[in-house]
Amino acid sequence: MANTIHIPTPLRPFTDKQESVEVSGNTVGELLADLTKRHEGLKRHLYAEDGRLRNFVNVYLNDEDIRYLQREQTPVKAGDSLSIVPSVAGGLR
Amino acid sequence: MPEVGIDGQRKLKAASVLCIGAGGLGSPAAMYLAAAGVGRIGIVDFDVVDYSNLQRQLLHGTPDVGRTKLDSAKDRLNALNPHVQIDTYETALSSDNALELFEPYDVILDGTDNFPTRYLVNDACVISGKPNAYGSIFRFEGQASVFATRGGPCYRCLYPEPPPPGLVPSCAEGGVLGVLPGIIGVIQATETIKLMLGVGEPLIGRFLIYDALRMRFRELKLRRDPECPVCGDHPTVTALIDYEQFCGIRPEPQAQPSDVSRNEWEITAVELKRRTDAGQKVFVLDVREPNEYQINRIPGSTLIPLGELPRRYEEIDRDQEIVALCKMGGRSAKAVDFLRSVGFTRIKNLRGGVLEWVDKVDPSQPKY
Repeated sequence: MANTIHIPTPLRPFTDKQESVEVSGNTVGELLADLTKRHEGLKRHLYAEDGRLRNFVNVYLNDEDIRYLQREQTPVKAGDSLSIVPSVAGGLR
Repeated sequence: MPEVGIDGQRKLKAASVLCIGAGGLGSPAAMYLAAAGVGRIGIVDFDVVDYSNLQRQLLHGTPDVGRTKLDSAKDRLNALNPHVQIDTYETALSSDNALELFEPYDVILDGTDNFPTRYLVNDACVISGKPNAYGSIFRFEGQASVFATRGGPCYRCLYPEPPPPGLVPSCAEGGVLGVLPGIIGVIQATETIKLMLGVGEPLIGRFLIYDALRMRFRELKLRRDPECPVCGDHPTVTALIDYEQFCGIRPEPQAQPSDVSRNEWEITAVELKRRTDAGQKVFVLDVREPNEYQINRIPGSTLIPLGELPRRYEEIDRDQEIVALCKMGGRSAKAVDFLRSVGFTRIKNLRGGVLEWVDKVDPSQPKY
């Protein structure tokens, strides 16, 4: 099943500058695994050494934070999209 | 306008906002807030106007280069609306002064540019009960929301942990589309006005994401985390902490403020010029991106972008004197650390980067 993951600007250098990547899987975890398989450079930005998703990176299924769903076990349907939203700080200079 | 009316205008006149930062976000926000007739606007900023600011910081103009941002802001805002009281605070916001600075204001507008300050502003807003009209930008993407309202989420509910330093570049290093803070800053001002008037639907529990290149707005749902250490049901953070430490930024142990040129791994632009003029052979390694290299450069330098260094460092002859540089010294410091880790010893970091070179050695080149 093909789903879209939206890639935020700071991570686009690792996806050959693409804003969105087509991935497949049945759960959020599977979609992210597919993403990091296609773009290895993303792995350390999304995951800590122990394999857990980093806290400053939020993942949304459509517009809901997966922390309030079933995290990586959240099931995914056709047409659902995932968004990765990392924290950025720019504003002053 | 019926939603505002005379009563609304009076509410604005009686209201106050503290803008943290008079830069990219603070500039448009403060201007529109002054124009709207908000009674009192405080501004916290310790910076001086530079040409490179003018592409997006419209509070300041060319004649203001060299003035403090506060002086420039006060003049511009009073010209817009002489009836607004402008309070200026020429200081860095810190754990020692934040609560006291926030106290007289109704709303806090966060226009800062680094993670430690963002967490500081957030925590201080929650602790002092002031809503935070938040905005942030990176290149051509912006975010906006309203944090720290009663029952609503705070910044830590969204991002409990800051990224390790160096993983996300700041505006100065990453660059930013000038028009971007214009939109986000005015969104922050809009939210501030709505909070003051008590009208409309503020961005509480809503995270607005704006992609300027694709001209798309998206919205994500935010919730207050009942286990948030600052605004949750059982807060563990009830006083302001050391935010630099929280964000993993440690001051350099060997740096001496008055004697930095004695740091054996650094060299100043003036010293580099002196050595090359004296005929010393120096390999100048520029680790910026190609588009930056097009704007300005040290003559004779070699460009290897930082991301490519691990693959290409063997192109560099390690038996020569090497000076690494980037825009301001941050990325090149990482390059020096990396090259030392693979056995380079005759390497130095250009303090202040190419901007220091343009300032002190070759002002004929443009800055950015």
